Amino acid sequence: MRPATPAPGASAVSTWRHRAATSLGGAAIVVMVAVLSLALLWVALRLAGFDATLALGALWRGSFGTWYALTSSTLVRATPLVLTGLAVAIAFRAGVWNIGADGQLLVGAAVATAVGLAWGAQLGWLSIPLALAAGAIGGALWAGVAAVLRTKFGVLEVISTIMLNFVALDLVGYLVRGPLQEPSHAYPQSDQIPATMHLPILIPGTRLHAGFALAVAASLVLWWAMRSTAAGFRVRAIGANPDAARVAGRVDVARTTTNVLLLSGALAGLAGAIEVSGVTFALYENISPGYGYTAIAVALLAGLDPLGVLGTGILFGSLEAGALSMQREASVPSVVVTAVEAALVLLLLAISRRGSAASIIARFAGARSPTPDDAP
Amino acid sequence: MNAASALSLENIARRFGSVRALENASLVVRDGSVHALLGENGAGKTTLMRVAFGLVRPDAGTIRVRGRAVDLPSPAAAIALGIGMVHQHFSSIPALSVAENVALGGHGAYHADRVRARVRDICEMVGFSLDPDARAGDLSVGAQQRLEIVKALARGARTLILDEPTAVLAPSEAEDLLAMLRRFADTGGTVVLITHKLPEALATADAVTVLRHGRTVLAEPVTNVDASKLATAMIGGAPPAAARRERRQAGQVVLAADHLAVRDERGVMRTRDVSLAVRSGEVLGVAGVDGAGQHELLLCLAGRLPPSSGHVEAPATVGFVPEDRLRDALILEFDVAENLALHESGRARGRLAWSRIRARAAEILTEYDVRAQSADALVSTLSGGNQQKLVLARELEPHPSLLIVENPTRGLDIAATAAVHSRLFDACEAGAAVVVYSSDLDEVLALADRLIVMFEGRSRDVPLDRAAAGRAMLGAA
Repeated sequence: MRPATPAPGASAVSTWRHRAATSLGGAAIVVMVAVLSLALLWVALRLAGFDATLALGALWRGSFGTWYALTSSTLVRATPLVLTGLAVAIAFRAGVWNIGADGQLLVGAAVATAVGLAWGAQLGWLSIPLALAAGAIGGALWAGVAAVLRTKFGVLEVISTIMLNFVALDLVGYLVRGPLQEPSHAYPQSDQIPATMHLPILIPGTRLHAGFALAVAASLVLWWAMRSTAAGFRVRAIGANPDAARVAGRVDVARTTTNVLLLSGALAGLAGAIEVSGVTFALYENISPGYGYTAIAVALLAGLDPLGVLGTGILFGSLEAGALSMQREASVPSVVVTAVEAALVLLLLAISRRGSAASIIARFAGARSPTPDDAP
Repeated sequence: MNAASALSLENIARRFGSVRALENASLVVRDGSVHALLGENGAGKTTLMRVAFGLVRPDAGTIRVRGRAVDLPSPAAAIALGIGMVHQHFSSIPALSVAENVALGGHGAYHADRVRARVRDICEMVGFSLDPDARAGDLSVGAQQRLEIVKALARGARTLILDEPTAVLAPSEAEDLLAMLRRFADTGGTVVLITHKLPEALATADAVTVLRHGRTVLAEPVTNVDASKLATAMIGGAPPAAARRERRQAGQVVLAADHLAVRDERGVMRTRDVSLAVRSGEVLGVAGVDGAGQHELLLCLAGRLPPSSGHVEAPATVGFVPEDRLRDALILEFDVAENLALHESGRARGRLAWSRIRARAAEILTEYDVRAQSADALVSTLSGGNQQKLVLARELEPHPSLLIVENPTRGLDIAATAAVHSRLFDACEAGAAVVVYSSDLDEVLALADRLIVMFEGRSRDVPLDRAAAGRAMLGAA
């Protein structure tokens, strides 16, 4: 006998500490990729005839450049992206392809609005936790539809969740023209929620509301739970190999899948409730500019790590905040930022072809991850 | 060089990182012969054959095909020179038919009729039965293996390399396969048979080569060797004595099954009306050809699959070693400690004490002789034999009162197999009830106190006798 040999082509030893170092390395790669994407944006803006230096300067001033931009724009924008990013990350980690964070966010926003309008005035500050809890439950139930479809009828959640997004969009459209429409019946939006239900401001003089603190807390709790608790271990196990989790670990895969979908929906629903009670103070048809879709990029860029999602969520929040000031100051259409976000993800995949994001996308595309069939 | 050698590998060396997989390994295969390549796990057998098939480039050494020195940068180059390889893990596409799988990798237009006829011709030539229109995913393991061989032959292979082909076969299927390989060689083909089963090599091969630690330590015509000489060459010393134990009086009933019927995950009824009882201190052997229902029966007894009717009484914690370790037992992208923590993780609550789990994992690696760099090493970096030892360690470690094992020594070498057998006996002595299934009938007979044979989903009590068990596996009285 000789010592254990790594399979040909397999990566060298990967230790626990080594993996911690890798996640730091992952953060470094994301920063590098972000800089590269901005360089590409600069070139593209030059070619399109814009004042690229002015535009990028505006992007910076609108995102991190001033205290007000950082707190009132970037972090406010980042809040729903972090929460929906967590929703996607935890689901994908479990091999549950929840593409429906946007619909779950909409339902959460609608339920929170309805609760606020019905009881907000009577309950005072208690209406805040009530509305947030109601939003989370609404999002969970919306995801629960997909869970029932999967466990009872074998409908793939990757189909059902995306379909439920459109149903949620139409549901909100109906609500703001029907039962929840403002009293004058002039605009497709709800009445303003009572002021008692507005989230407290974290830093006086800014628009940064308590929802951001909840998003940070959710990242920390999920990060801890995924690595330290039995439930988090089961989530990782069914995502990595559901057969082994079932046979070797006697994990109830269907139940764990359902729980993960419910939690994922609850996080997205919470994001919706926070948008209503912290930013818009009313339900609008277009309350989400596609947060739940951007969340997929946020989660993948973070390698599905909850702490990483906090970072990439803020990064994407800063891009979207900066885009607005770029439009104001340099007349660059704010949609170019969407191209930057796409470039970010594509560059990351190109760089870390063997990395976690790439392998997750490969599995997402239905390909099986390779197994070392040739260990000597 | 001898012009009559179909394939000759001379002084091949190859390193992977810091590990020397091969150093000075040589193999000369005469045209028209069956050549057995023997060695323990990790001796370099598979790597050497991957060199011959163009999957691994050697660092040093010469490859000759029919006396001519060649370079094999890819399997395509090896195939062009008439070399075909059948891997341990099959590579057919389940959704395609046999004929379509054979046509894959060809060029030009696909003529279904021509490919079907070609499959039939090849089957007739080597004496196979294989339906060209069957879906590959519906084939039994034995038939899938025949498909792999047909695929190689359809690409014009005259030298066939087979990596442990009989490991997945029932005894009668294994005999058929070996007979077919013999015929192929007698009609001018050449076969390299990787194996660690000595009787197989002695009965089938014309010549043997033994590798140890990546070096060729023996190369002789089969007439010059015997089992003990081969075993000594393989392990570099005298073979360990087979584990034995006192047969004791069995104790209380630990596992009882009553009129059990089990459906597999696809809803197909695989086991019908099985009743059995296993007592403390007793080993129940289970035999059966592939797909006879033993796998589903054992899953159900271990509490991993609910019965569709009938009743099982078993302890809450059952040690279970499944047949397919890569699919059902291990998470390859998790490390050793995480894979140990997987045991019964479905019932774990609250926090997992990782520092304690990691410390214990390091001890278990030593106690059970699992060769891994550390408890933090990913399981995908362990060799197949060490992965199997890790699974056994995990299941034996909590000292369960019921132990259910499928092919417990698959992929293990002689010394490790003996160690596993004595561990099973130890557990039994300590009062555990043990149920063991192995596709190697001799292993079942060596371990069991009592034997049941599964045939088409039904079980039968059979005396511990090779001939009687062999007949029962085929459904004969």
